[in-house]
Amino acid sequence: MPANRFNGFTEYGIGVGLRIPHYQHILEKKPVVSWFEIISENYMVDGGRPLAILDQILEQYRVVQHGVSMYFGSAEPLNRDHLRRLKALVKRTKTPWVTDHLCWGSVDGRYTHDLLPMPYTFEAAELTARKVREARSYLEVPIAVENVSSYAEFHESEMTEWEFLNEVVERADCGILLDVNNIYVSSRNHGFDPYDYLNSIPPERVAQIHIAGHSKFQKYILDTHDHPVIDPVWRLYDHAIRRVGPTATLLEWDDRIPSFDEVHAEARKAEKYVATPTKHNDALLPVAP
Amino acid sequence: MSLLALQRRMAAALMRPLVAGDRIDPEAPAEYIKPNDRLTSLERLEIYSRSYWYRLFDSLYEDFPGLRAVLGQRAFQRLASAYLTDRPSGSWTMRNLGSRLEEWLRQHPAFAGDRLALALDMIRLEWAHIEAFDEKDEKALGPEDLLELGPGLRVGLQPYIRLIELSYPVDDLRVKVNRASEQHGTASNAVLKRKAGSLVRRIHGMNPEHIFLAVHRLDFTVYYRRLDGDEFGLLAALGKGLPVGRAMEAALEDSPVPVEELRSRVETWFAAWAEMAWLCARPAK
Repeated sequence: MPANRFNGFTEYGIGVGLRIPHYQHILEKKPVVSWFEIISENYMVDGGRPLAILDQILEQYRVVQHGVSMYFGSAEPLNRDHLRRLKALVKRTKTPWVTDHLCWGSVDGRYTHDLLPMPYTFEAAELTARKVREARSYLEVPIAVENVSSYAEFHESEMTEWEFLNEVVERADCGILLDVNNIYVSSRNHGFDPYDYLNSIPPERVAQIHIAGHSKFQKYILDTHDHPVIDPVWRLYDHAIRRVGPTATLLEWDDRIPSFDEVHAEARKAEKYVATPTKHNDALLPVAP
Repeated sequence: MSLLALQRRMAAALMRPLVAGDRIDPEAPAEYIKPNDRLTSLERLEIYSRSYWYRLFDSLYEDFPGLRAVLGQRAFQRLASAYLTDRPSGSWTMRNLGSRLEEWLRQHPAFAGDRLALALDMIRLEWAHIEAFDEKDEKALGPEDLLELGPGLRVGLQPYIRLIELSYPVDDLRVKVNRASEQHGTASNAVLKRKAGSLVRRIHGMNPEHIFLAVHRLDFTVYYRRLDGDEFGLLAALGKGLPVGRAMEAALEDSPVPVEELRSRVETWFAAWAEMAWLCARPAK
């Protein structure tokens, strides 16, 4: 099930996030990488170095766009300027699919620049799904939404996070960018079993998977993308691959970024799970405390 | 509570400054955020609030290192907090976070103390730097395109070029701040302290100087180029879309430089502008 209509029927394998400290290494050494994920907003500018670098990368590599500012869950309409620039970038990169987060981040034209958690209500699911459909119609490319890490839950919620995710993707008929690290982080922060989450995901909608590291504090876990992936997250990834099939996977490393080779090596650890998903009994899988 | 109402409440709470006396009402978050066995509703909200402020502070710190040097760390922190409280981000990109800083500081001059003019100059320069970095570029006119140069010809300035008038030599200061920042990772603490002291003395003793500056880019790097007043005026007139002849009249009519000398200078300027790819065809309206 690697190629589906939500990832443009591609089989992209293991990718790496394109980050500024690695530009020079990549352009000079030309490492063998299946694909790069770019943060769309970093290249939604009119000119200069960001676009020049991107064009050089595009000459040699496949690129997939991942956004951080669409805010499908914000109660206000989609930002037309953002969409217009995003579409121009989609044409430039020829990304086979576009991803952004299942979250909100702006209200009344004020932006928090954060990925804020949704109240899991039917009202929110309908609004979010409508905005995903609008964006897809405008961008003319498949869209997948990513589950976010969260640190708060709302009294208003009428369902679990995974039920909300399913509600949105069914109503929008869109794909899922399944972030297994985010599932792990939220499961520890909110006390649910991450395997319940994974087992509820419709495999046929998973367009892509994210893996990452995080930071543990005394009372909560923060999704910092500044460490290697920990074993419990690899086990979740293994489980996800067994359910979904080999799927385009991306390692995120955004802070305290080590050398490109180190990041690439960490990402390539995913290959062994994709090649030979572990056979084990679901009943024996570890459960979040 | 509707989705919009909840988002308004949460955004208003997490955008409250982190300073004592202006914090989030400790009881309010419990009305919409669930506590858990480790964190209260307020503590859960504060994870987002801290993240919001640190992210925006980081962005302003990175975009305005020169202003930080002019004001000092504490005054800059106070200014950043007040500015972001008054003018929360209105753009989907943090690149535009400082776009209203000059206008805001003019309305709140106390935040710059006795260095208002210096601070305003630095803000103008640093915002021009941001724009010059990633604004669009058009196909440049080369020397061969300028052979046809006549009074009726219209040329445009590259969209990424910013022309600014300064009353202090903040361009020099910003270059020094950049160098100091580059050395930060390699020099010893003693060297860094000496350099910081040198910067503070430089700012303290800085004398006013009328400077005409072009902020531009070459090979994707931003540069500052000081200009002659007449050269600045001519570029500004061309940038407004005036034909070359009228631009020269407007900019050079009152120049004290003798006509022959001026003609020679204009030729030199156009040659230099062409070499730096500053000129482009005027886009048809």
